[in-house]
Amino acid sequence: MTRTLFTPIAAVLLLSVSGCGGDNQGGQASPPAPPPAAGETPAAGADAQASGGGTITGTITFTGARPANAPIDMSEEAVCKEKYTAGAPPRAETVVGNPGVLANVFVYVKSGLPAGARYTAPTTPVVLDQDGCRYHPHVFGVMVGQMVEIRNSDPVLHNIKAIATKNRPFNISQPAAGMKTNRTFTAPEVMVALECNVHGWMNAFAGVRPDPFFAVSGADGSYGITGLPPGTYTIEAWHERYGTQTASVTVTGTESKTADLTFAAR
Amino acid sequence: MTSVFLLAVALLAQDTTQGKAVYQKWCAGCHGDTGAGDGEAAHYMLPRPRDFTGAIYQIRSTASGELPTDADLMRAIDDGLPGTAMPGWKDRLSAGDRRNLVAYLKTFSTFFADTSFRPQPIAFGSAPGGGGGDEALRTGRLFYDSIGCRKCHGDRGRGDGPSSPTLKDDAGLPVFAADLSEGWRFNGGASAEDIYHRLRTGLDGTPMPSFSDLLDQQFLTDEQLWRVAQYVRSLSPDAPEVRDVIRAPRIAGALPRAPDDSAWNDVDRYWFPLVGQIIVKNRWFNPAVSGVWVQVAHNGDSLALRVVWNDRSQSPDTAWLAHGGRVLSSLALDEGSAPAPQPWPDQLAVQFPLTIPSGMERPYFLMGDRTAPVYQWRWSSASPAAAVAGQARGLDRFDPAAAGGAGAQSVYDAGQWRVVFTRALATPDSASQLQFQTGRAIPVAFFAWDGSNAETGTRMAVSTWYFLALDEPVPARVFISPVLAMTLVLVVGLLMVRRAQRASGRQP
Repeated sequence: MTRTLFTPIAAVLLLSVSGCGGDNQGGQASPPAPPPAAGETPAAGADAQASGGGTITGTITFTGARPANAPIDMSEEAVCKEKYTAGAPPRAETVVGNPGVLANVFVYVKSGLPAGARYTAPTTPVVLDQDGCRYHPHVFGVMVGQMVEIRNSDPVLHNIKAIATKNRPFNISQPAAGMKTNRTFTAPEVMVALECNVHGWMNAFAGVRPDPFFAVSGADGSYGITGLPPGTYTIEAWHERYGTQTASVTVTGTESKTADLTFAAR
Repeated sequence: MTSVFLLAVALLAQDTTQGKAVYQKWCAGCHGDTGAGDGEAAHYMLPRPRDFTGAIYQIRSTASGELPTDADLMRAIDDGLPGTAMPGWKDRLSAGDRRNLVAYLKTFSTFFADTSFRPQPIAFGSAPGGGGGDEALRTGRLFYDSIGCRKCHGDRGRGDGPSSPTLKDDAGLPVFAADLSEGWRFNGGASAEDIYHRLRTGLDGTPMPSFSDLLDQQFLTDEQLWRVAQYVRSLSPDAPEVRDVIRAPRIAGALPRAPDDSAWNDVDRYWFPLVGQIIVKNRWFNPAVSGVWVQVAHNGDSLALRVVWNDRSQSPDTAWLAHGGRVLSSLALDEGSAPAPQPWPDQLAVQFPLTIPSGMERPYFLMGDRTAPVYQWRWSSASPAAAVAGQARGLDRFDPAAAGGAGAQSVYDAGQWRVVFTRALATPDSASQLQFQTGRAIPVAFFAWDGSNAETGTRMAVSTWYFLALDEPVPARVFISPVLAMTLVLVVGLLMVRRAQRASGRQP
C-alpha cells in the first residue's frame, strides 16, 4: 500500500535527498531514504498522476574493466581539502559499485506517455549543494519550471555555469558560504551540464523533464520510476561517460516491471 | 492588427534577406554558412568565432543567460571584440547593412523568435563619485579579493590566478582569464562603466560569471561593485601608443642591471605589440604574449635593455601542461596531428641587424635569411640568468657568438617577466656581433614564446622592426660653457661690488 501512495513527486524528492546526503565517498549516492509517509507528500503535480500507477525498477550494470577514478587534487583550495580527513575524494564521473553496477545514471521515460499529458512541477525545489568543492548531487532530475536551489556550503568562491542548448544558459557567482540562488529551466533537456570554473573538477548534470518519471541510479546501481499510467514506454538511461542505453517496457496497471540496463567499459 | 503584423513580417524578411547577403560576404568565412561558428578560418582561432545557433553572447546589457538586445549585437559588430580576431565593422559596412545583419543573425536561433525570452536591459545606474581616489580603489581591491576575482585574474590582475590553467569555454576549448592590466584588449571595452556592466552581466559562454546576485543578496552594495570596476580599471594604462623609436638616455655611472632597479622608474617605456608567426610553417595563430614593454639606457660603455611582458605562467609549470595540450588539439596546425605538449620554457629574443644600416634597408624581420643574418640576444626561463648572443639566418639556424655576448637577469612576479639584457657597446669580435653606436637608428625587433601555451620553435609571437636610438654623448663644451659663463659673471660682479664699496668708503 505504501508503494501506491509513493507518488512520483516523492520519488523526485527522494532522489534529491539521496544525492546530497553528506556523501564524502566519491560522489556515491547514499542508499535511498525510506519513502515519506502519506500526507507528508506534497500534492503538487498530482493532476496527471494522482494515484497508483505502475512502477519500473531495475539495476544499471557495468561490464568490463573499471576505470580508475583519480583522486581530486584540491591543494589550491585548502578549505575544501580539509573537509576530506580520509584523503582526497575521487572524481565523480564513473562511480562503479559492487558487483559491477553503475551509479549516477539518469533514467527517464523518453517516449510513450499520453500525448498532450501535462504535469505540474512540484513546488519543492531540488537542492544542489556545493560542499567540499563538489556538487551534491552529481546527477539529478528536475521538472521544467521546478526550482533548483543552488547553495554554497563552502566559504570560497564558486561560479555555477549551466551549459544548455534548449534552455538559456546561466553563469552566476557565489563567493561566500550560505548563499542561495534559485533557477528554473524552461524546456526539457537531457542533459544540462553544470560546472564550476574556479574548480575545474566540479561538475554536475541536470536532466530536465516535462514529467516526473525519472530517477538516478544509486550506489547499488538501482533506480525506480513510479506512478506510470498504463502504456508502452521507451526508457533511456544516460551516463556522462558511457552514453545512453534504452529499453522498452509495457505497464498495464499498478504492477512493478523490471528493466535492467547495461553499460560497457570503453 | 493582422496587416500590421504581416507588414512587420515582410519588413523583417527583407532585412534578413539583405542581411544574409552581407553575412555571406563578410562573416561566413569565420562564423560559417549556418552560423555555427565553424567557418573555414574558425579552426585557426582561439577563442572560436561566435556560434550564433545557441544565441549565447558575451557582451550584453542583459542578465546572465538572457538574449542580447539589438543594440548589444550592433555594438559587437560596430566595435568588434578587442583582444580577439573579430574586428569592428562600423567603418566598413553601412548602417543599413549592419542593421540587416543584426536581423539575420537572430534567425540562426529560435530563441529570438520566442517572445518569452525578450531581452530586458539591466538598469545599470551610473558610477558613484570618487572613482579614482585612494579610498575608492582600496574598497575596490578589498572586494576584488572577497568576491574571488583573483581566483582567475590573479593577485595583480594579469590573468594568472590559480584557476587560470583549467579555464574552458562552453565548447570545452581553453580560454584565458583576461589580463586586467591590458584593458585595451577587453572584449567589451575598457572603461569603468564597461567593466561594471561585465560584472553585472557576466560574459556568457565563458567562465566569467555575473555578480548581480551578490547585490540581491546584499553581499555587497552597488557602490562597492562599482569600486571593483574602478579598481580593475586602475590596473591598466590607457591603450599605449606604439612609437617607432626607442630613445635610450645616456646615464652617468653604473647601468641598472637588475630587473627591479629603481633607476628604471626614470626611463621611458615603449610598447610593442606582438602577433602570431603566421608566415613560415609551422605557423602559430594563438600567441599568448600580446606585446612587450621596452626600456633602454646606456652609459657610453654599455647598454641595458629591459623587456617586461605578461605571461600567465612561469614555464615550465606542470599545472599548465594540460592547457598546452588542449590548445594544440583545438587548433588547425600545419603539423597535421597535434604534437604532445612538453614542458617548454618561456623565451624571449631581441633582434638587431648585424651591422647598423645606413639607409632603410634591413634584414628580413623574421630572423633574417641565409645571406643576410640578424644579430640576436636569446633568453630562456630554463636558464633565467643568462642570455645567448648570436646570429640567426632564418628561423631554423642560430649560431651563438664565440664569447663576450650579452648578459641577462630576470624576475618572474605575479604573471610578469622582467628581463634586463646588458652588453658592451663595442665587442672585440666586431664581425659576429653588432657594434652599437650612439646617434644612429638601430633596427630592433622582438620575439616571445609562452612555453605553457605550447609555444616553441616557430610557434611564437613576433613584432616587426622598430628602431633604437642611443643618446649621443653630450659634448664637453655643453658642460663647460655655462660654468665659464657663470664664473665670468661672478668675477665681474665681485669686481663691481668691490668698486662700489670702495667708492662708498670714500664718501664723507
